[in-house]
Amino acid sequence: MEIFIYGITNSVTLALIAIGFSLTFGISGVPNFAHGAFYLLGGILTWIFINQLGIPYLFSAILAIIIVGFLGFILYWGLMLRLRGLVINEVIATLAAAIVIIEVLRYLGFSGFTYVLPEFIKGSVQIGKVWLDYQRIFLVGIGIVLILFLYLFTHRTRVGLSFRAIAQNERTAISLGIESDWTAALSLAFGSALAVVAGLAILPLGSIDTEVGYDILIYALAVGIVGGLESVPGILLASFILGFSQILVATFFKAQWLTVVTLAAIVIILAVKPSGIFGKYKELEERV
Amino acid sequence: MSEPVRYRRERIDRGIKVRADTVFVLATLRDMTYLFLPRFLPVLALLVLPFFVSGGYWEKVLFYSCMFALLALSWDLMASVGLVSLGQALFFGVGAYISGGLNHYLKMPIYLSIPLATLAGAFFCTLLLVSVLRLRGVYFSMVTLILPLLFAHLIETLDILGGTHGLLSLTPFPSGWLAMYLGIFAVIICLFGFRKLINEDFGLVLKGIKDDDRVVMAGGINIYWYKAQAIFIAGGVGCFAGALMTHYYQFVGRSVFALDYTVLPLASAVLGGPGSFAGATIGTFLLVPLSEVLRALGGLRMALYGAILIAALVILPEGLFHYIERKYHQFERDVRV
Repeated sequence: MEIFIYGITNSVTLALIAIGFSLTFGISGVPNFAHGAFYLLGGILTWIFINQLGIPYLFSAILAIIIVGFLGFILYWGLMLRLRGLVINEVIATLAAAIVIIEVLRYLGFSGFTYVLPEFIKGSVQIGKVWLDYQRIFLVGIGIVLILFLYLFTHRTRVGLSFRAIAQNERTAISLGIESDWTAALSLAFGSALAVVAGLAILPLGSIDTEVGYDILIYALAVGIVGGLESVPGILLASFILGFSQILVATFFKAQWLTVVTLAAIVIILAVKPSGIFGKYKELEERV
Repeated sequence: MSEPVRYRRERIDRGIKVRADTVFVLATLRDMTYLFLPRFLPVLALLVLPFFVSGGYWEKVLFYSCMFALLALSWDLMASVGLVSLGQALFFGVGAYISGGLNHYLKMPIYLSIPLATLAGAFFCTLLLVSVLRLRGVYFSMVTLILPLLFAHLIETLDILGGTHGLLSLTPFPSGWLAMYLGIFAVIICLFGFRKLINEDFGLVLKGIKDDDRVVMAGGINIYWYKAQAIFIAGGVGCFAGALMTHYYQFVGRSVFALDYTVLPLASAVLGGPGSFAGATIGTFLLVPLSEVLRALGGLRMALYGAILIAALVILPEGLFHYIERKYHQFERDVRV
């Protein structure tokens, strides 16, 4: 029972982390290795707004989401537009941007027990023998809503469909009247905003630590790669596989094995089936 | 209405370059200096520099620069096969841990542990990466990004090889000069060796794989064999740097898998100009001393490398070396259109 409940919350946490990353890198083919940095930045911005400027929680959260989303947009127009098409350079540039953001935040000292975001509602509830705080229940709720939203968004709306279009074939997309630069910038903005949403749901469970910026990127990468970058069901399945295996490993072995499992999963999946369990589009370009 | 006067920029090879390129018997001293000076001066500078900085803080910096130059060179060799690595720390760390382990547990002297670590490390890294040789582009990069992290966590979790404490009090070099000149000669040999290698038949195949792997396959060449060889060479160089560093500091810990050993070589190779090897070397000898000057900034240095990396990618994608080379070989003038 414990394993089941913690497994589910852990899996949904992973899914939340991965949604934004998959939306940019998987679905519209724009690598956003600054995902973890945006996640962190969103949390810290919210903290500043609440504690230093005294803005109510809800407004600070919305403000942080908007600001970071806009930063993602700027990251595209200011930087990636000049490197578009050279995937490796895009990866290097966004990774470098992530390092700049995280290290500057670390330098400014935004780390430790003072930096705690408020929970949505305090308190906890008992299920069977397990105490579960409300924040985790909210987290599961938000996760489910966001995954449904992502699926409907990428399969039903015009913008979502154009996100998928530029990843599949950019030239054809352009010839059908999709502004590929605008779409890619928008997708980076959406992905960054989703990173902040994930941060706001997850960060209240502990204190903010700058090291999280790198870990989040690895988790997002793991879920995205295991599930297949462009597939929404893939994200869900992969987060459940990874989430439950992490909990199982942490219960029966040591907690440190958690990260090892995640990292090993990435390497193994990349070596065996780089497009992931559900991936289809990129099978031709990923290997010879 | 009169047309506005327009100019376009024209680049022409200097006469001396044309002469030095085509005529095989170099006639004048001027031609010879033109050809040899850019190669000879940096080597001379590298060989003489230890005498000026010996014993001081900057001696460490020079040694440090040599290690990073080796890593940048090994990155550049892999990049010229189209294998863009985001984890040079893998090679560095594997070399460091093998030589540290041999020295600590088997009490091997350094003249055995360093060569053994270089060879065994290169073998180990090649075996590790052989399984992902089929991957292209960004997929390969992601594997290399993850592997050093995986090793750092494995060492911490399994508590092997000293765990979080690392291996302490390893055998030092008999003298600082030996370490320094080992590093400097390694840089010089790799720099000129790689530049020669990439223009041989072997190197042409490597560059061909980078440009279009399928065409090379269609030519009946086993590209995986070539990729494996390139990784072996690059891995050996990286492991050698790691092994030297271990004995220089007499310590090896999980920090050898840190992001520094990935980002700095990457930043220097991109800043200097990838594909030329000289660029990677110039880049490191600019960046490492720069970062030492800015040591007061502390943690911000990593951010600085990131910023430099972005700036180099956006502003000068060809790299410093190609820019300087162009200015040296060609002159520019405005021509009326």
